[in-house]
Amino acid sequence: MLSINDLHSQIDDKKILNGLSLEVNKGEVHAIMGPNGSGKSTLANVLAGRDGYDVTGGSVTYEGQDLLEMSPEERAWAGIFLAFQYPVEIPGVNNIYLLKAGVNAIRKSRGETELDAVEFLALVREKIKLVKMKEDFMSRGVNEGFSGGEKKRNEIFQMAVLEPKLAILDETDSGLDIDALKIVADGVNHLRNEERSIVLVTHYQRLLNYIVPDFVHVLANGRIIKSGGSELALQLEEQGYEQVMREAEAA
Amino acid sequence: MSTHAEDVESLVDKEYEHGFVTDIDSDTIEPGLNEEVISFISKKKNEPAWMLDYRLKAYRQWLKMEEPLWAHVDYEPIDYQSISYYSAPKSKDDMPKSLDEVDPKLLETYEKLGIPLHEQKMLAGVAVDAVFDSVSVATTFKSKLADAGVIFCSFSEAVQEHPELVQKYLGSVVPIADNYFSALNAAVFTDGSFCYIPKGVRCPMELSTYFRINASNTGQFERTLIVADEGSHVSYLEGCTAPMRDENQLHAAVVELIALDDAEIKYSTVQNWYPGDENGKGGIYNFVTKRGDCRGRNSKISWTQVETGSAITWKYPSSLLRGDNSVGEFYSVAVTNNYQQADTGTKMIHIGKNTSSTIISKGISARFAQNAYRGLVKISKGADNARNYTQCDSLLMGDKCGAHTFPYIEAKNSSAQVEHEATTSKIGDDQLFYCRQRGVSEEDAVNMIVNGFCKDVFKELPMEFAVEAQKLLGVTLEGAVG
Repeated sequence: MLSINDLHSQIDDKKILNGLSLEVNKGEVHAIMGPNGSGKSTLANVLAGRDGYDVTGGSVTYEGQDLLEMSPEERAWAGIFLAFQYPVEIPGVNNIYLLKAGVNAIRKSRGETELDAVEFLALVREKIKLVKMKEDFMSRGVNEGFSGGEKKRNEIFQMAVLEPKLAILDETDSGLDIDALKIVADGVNHLRNEERSIVLVTHYQRLLNYIVPDFVHVLANGRIIKSGGSELALQLEEQGYEQVMREAEAA
Repeated sequence: MSTHAEDVESLVDKEYEHGFVTDIDSDTIEPGLNEEVISFISKKKNEPAWMLDYRLKAYRQWLKMEEPLWAHVDYEPIDYQSISYYSAPKSKDDMPKSLDEVDPKLLETYEKLGIPLHEQKMLAGVAVDAVFDSVSVATTFKSKLADAGVIFCSFSEAVQEHPELVQKYLGSVVPIADNYFSALNAAVFTDGSFCYIPKGVRCPMELSTYFRINASNTGQFERTLIVADEGSHVSYLEGCTAPMRDENQLHAAVVELIALDDAEIKYSTVQNWYPGDENGKGGIYNFVTKRGDCRGRNSKISWTQVETGSAITWKYPSSLLRGDNSVGEFYSVAVTNNYQQADTGTKMIHIGKNTSSTIISKGISARFAQNAYRGLVKISKGADNARNYTQCDSLLMGDKCGAHTFPYIEAKNSSAQVEHEATTSKIGDDQLFYCRQRGVSEEDAVNMIVNGFCKDVFKELPMEFAVEAQKLLGVTLEGAVG
């Protein structure tokens, strides 16, 4: 489904990704772990098509298409979802109004009929239960005045409504207390199935106690230096990134 | 830079010397302004002597005044002698025969705004024999109003049919000598609207100039007078989201509102006149004086405006809060794109006791446009317990446009509470990317963010108008990002 091959990327003149390669198949959950500044968030943003990240080499293929040629909205239409590390506030824009516009744009791009207000409301009412948010959240401004935890839950709520094929979660666990972390993890687990691929970008292992990945990759200096199963995350927790990085260099 | 009063006078005199005589029978007069021209207009309209006196007084006053240059706008001096001050409605032969002859760009805009075909024809000035359904609509409309005792007609009609009301209220809110443009308007206005709501009547429908049969060709100097008698209520809609065909560059309208005891007037405007092309060529100069007088106790005047058109907008809908407990409100969205310039705001003059006012202003600038908010909150000595809340937000799109805020506060009573909040923000790349990641196209995302920014004002507009205003904003700002 997603094939990243020797990807190089930089912001301004600063090289961030240095030959990153990764294969993600349908239904797999991959965790990307690494120390601060290793390029985790850059990877997430490059995949979603954010401006300001220059791709200087390599390729990304998604369902047989050249992903890097697509605009951010085209990627969304194709089923890619990014849960933002820092969800932005958009004052005055109703939370579900944005979501409805998104859902219908995606449906339209696939030649499906758009949902009317009644159908859409039924859908979001169902999905919002997943993240245990009150219904009045839906009619507030997008992330306007939300706490850190509320913002992250809102991201997972949006993911539940948009039903992406590939979800990239950029440090969704950061800034969450343990209760909120459980809610978010439950939400993600609920959305996990054999059709949907998930890439979890995280700094800490604790999220992976709740969402158990199929694969764990260690990212350092812009490339994946070690890959393994979920047990690799535990090893990282015990030994720290330094140790794993030294071993990888020696190997 | 302005045409100096003496120069005008000498020019006028000179022309007169040369035997400038106007033919009363003609439909259009030669460009130029003098007492003859004013008498001609008055005669054409079959006006009583007091009306002519009023005009002449205004003209003589105007000659002594100078064009104001304090606004944050920049334009070539206007040659007032090059304007023709009277022209009868155009003959059908000069109008486009069908929509095929109309500028396709204009039609495209109508299409985007979702304007029905028959209305498109009217707006584009296509010669149609039966002016669509508006005649029948307007007839039902008129009888319903008559049942309620509401007078709603063209200004010319009011001068003929209700001279006592016109004479009593005309110029009582905006005096002749108020400002340069209002004096000019008082001298040469050709038509406009008149509305009177009798005591205790709640106007059964929203009054809209759009549905008034005589709305066409009110010309560049429009005069509006609305009087809400004790305990009455009226909502008045002015303008239209669709760009109207218009060949006059200078517009100087005057609007006067009078609210007596316990009366309420809600005045909403959507202005979308030609703003000039993307290089700043052409476009309408809009110098408007709008003022409401809360003359009675517990009266309320509320202004809501959405300004997207005109090359230059100079406009400060104001309220005089004279009655005790009276309330003034001003909600404004002003959008400027390309080389448009807007200097707009309001004045809230607190005179009575326990008066309160609210000002919400949203300015949006894109490309090379300049957008200024200018507002005055004045608390007079006797205005005990006056309250004002002002919120003034600016949104910038791109880095070559400008937003300016000029708030003036004069408080002469120590019991006053005056609050002012102002913000300036840019449409963030982060916000745009967030929306696009959710599948919303860039253009729709811009619309969404801008409409969110304007929400506090749109919710004050009558429902139908609000929907149109949102669409209009989208069309106005098309391509402003990216």
